[in-house]
Amino acid sequence: MEVAIVKYNAGNIHSVIHALKRLGVEPTLTDNPEMLAKADKVLFPGQGEASNAMQYLREHNLDTVIRNLKQPILGICIGQQLMCRHSEEGDVDCLGIFDAEVKRFQPLRHEDKVPHMGWNSIDTSSGCPLFKGFGADEYVYFVHSFYVPVCEQTAATTNYILPFSAAMQHGNFYATQFHPEKSGSVGERIIKNFLDI
Amino acid sequence: MLAKRIIPCLDVKDGMTVKGTNFVNLREAGDPVELGRAYSEQGADELVFLDITASHEGRKTFTDMVGRVAETLSIPFTVGGGVNELRDVDRLLNAGADKVSLNSAALRRPELIDEIARHFGSQVCVVAIDAKMDENGWTCYMNGGRIPTEKSLFDWAREANDRGAGEILFTSMNHDGVKTGFANDALARLADGLTIPVIASGGAGAREHFRDTFTLGHADAALAASVFHFGEIKIPELKEYLKGEGISVRLS
Repeated sequence: MEVAIVKYNAGNIHSVIHALKRLGVEPTLTDNPEMLAKADKVLFPGQGEASNAMQYLREHNLDTVIRNLKQPILGICIGQQLMCRHSEEGDVDCLGIFDAEVKRFQPLRHEDKVPHMGWNSIDTSSGCPLFKGFGADEYVYFVHSFYVPVCEQTAATTNYILPFSAAMQHGNFYATQFHPEKSGSVGERIIKNFLDI
Repeated sequence: MLAKRIIPCLDVKDGMTVKGTNFVNLREAGDPVELGRAYSEQGADELVFLDITASHEGRKTFTDMVGRVAETLSIPFTVGGGVNELRDVDRLLNAGADKVSLNSAALRRPELIDEIARHFGSQVCVVAIDAKMDENGWTCYMNGGRIPTEKSLFDWAREANDRGAGEILFTSMNHDGVKTGFANDALARLADGLTIPVIASGGAGAREHFRDTFTLGHADAALAASVFHFGEIKIPELKEYLKGEGISVRLS
């Protein structure tokens, strides 16, 4: 299986590469449109700041390339946020694959620390194939200050300050706000489920 | 619900873990990578690897170890020890660490916290504070607890928070190694006064101590070394116990 990772300016992708290798997959890190189009699966991970990332994607025409992908693609963390319509982070228009607006967490009580960091449980009852075989109360690892509200394309929810989109799906576009590559055996099952789609 | 984290800490010298272990029959108990994997399988939520090597060669060995940990582990891990400048942070993050903890270097030059937050993001920057309480209150110490500073625990933690630290790892030197519980009064004051998570360290001797540091100390995470290394407390049993006490934990 050919697995491509979108190469751009957002963050540390070592852990995603290691996670794929542990599953026996040797991914290709590339920003070449043809390589991305012909891969069986595409991953779009990242950490970083949304407006800088979008600027880079536009300058390299990767915004159009990503929008036009036909195979299953998985956005991770800022990848999910960039797949939305607009982000409050740097007030930037994003890829518009998910019809949602990325917002910053506003603490309601003192215990509501931002970023939301650590292991939190996900409600995966939507039936999205990423969570095939999942029970209740599975925990995954989050690190983020911005979130996607619950909307029509929400595939899993988590509660922190308010319920938000822990995962999303629209057609062949999948995304997680959490880091499956850092979520132990649960995360490994999610990546494996994605590769099996 | 966001889970309270349990974090084993491993001291590493010349690429090998320093303290003996008997919590599990490991052929390579001295290998930090194997030990890390065993803890991860037991349900540790994160790991901390502290480099206690002094030499330049030892530093290279540690960086290589960080790379092997990153290849092997699928949970987040923090590395610390000998982090003095931005270049060290870059080297360790590039090797695959998720977070870097700084201690003396930040006390000597607090701007290092701002620089790390700006270059790599707050989430990678853990500020470790060793402090001791005496008649004058809580004082911060440098160089592995050997040199007292002018800074008080609460002022320094607040400053680190404001400069962009992502977490505070507070070790009470009064409680460390005594196994009578964490410094919960000081922890609660820290946790209630800061806007970032606080990791409790120093004093774990029984599972009740973990419960108390979450309920009374308001800690977001608890770190321990010897009680885990020597098998006095096993992580799966600890987490079952905490869950029974109504504390949100991740059971794997």
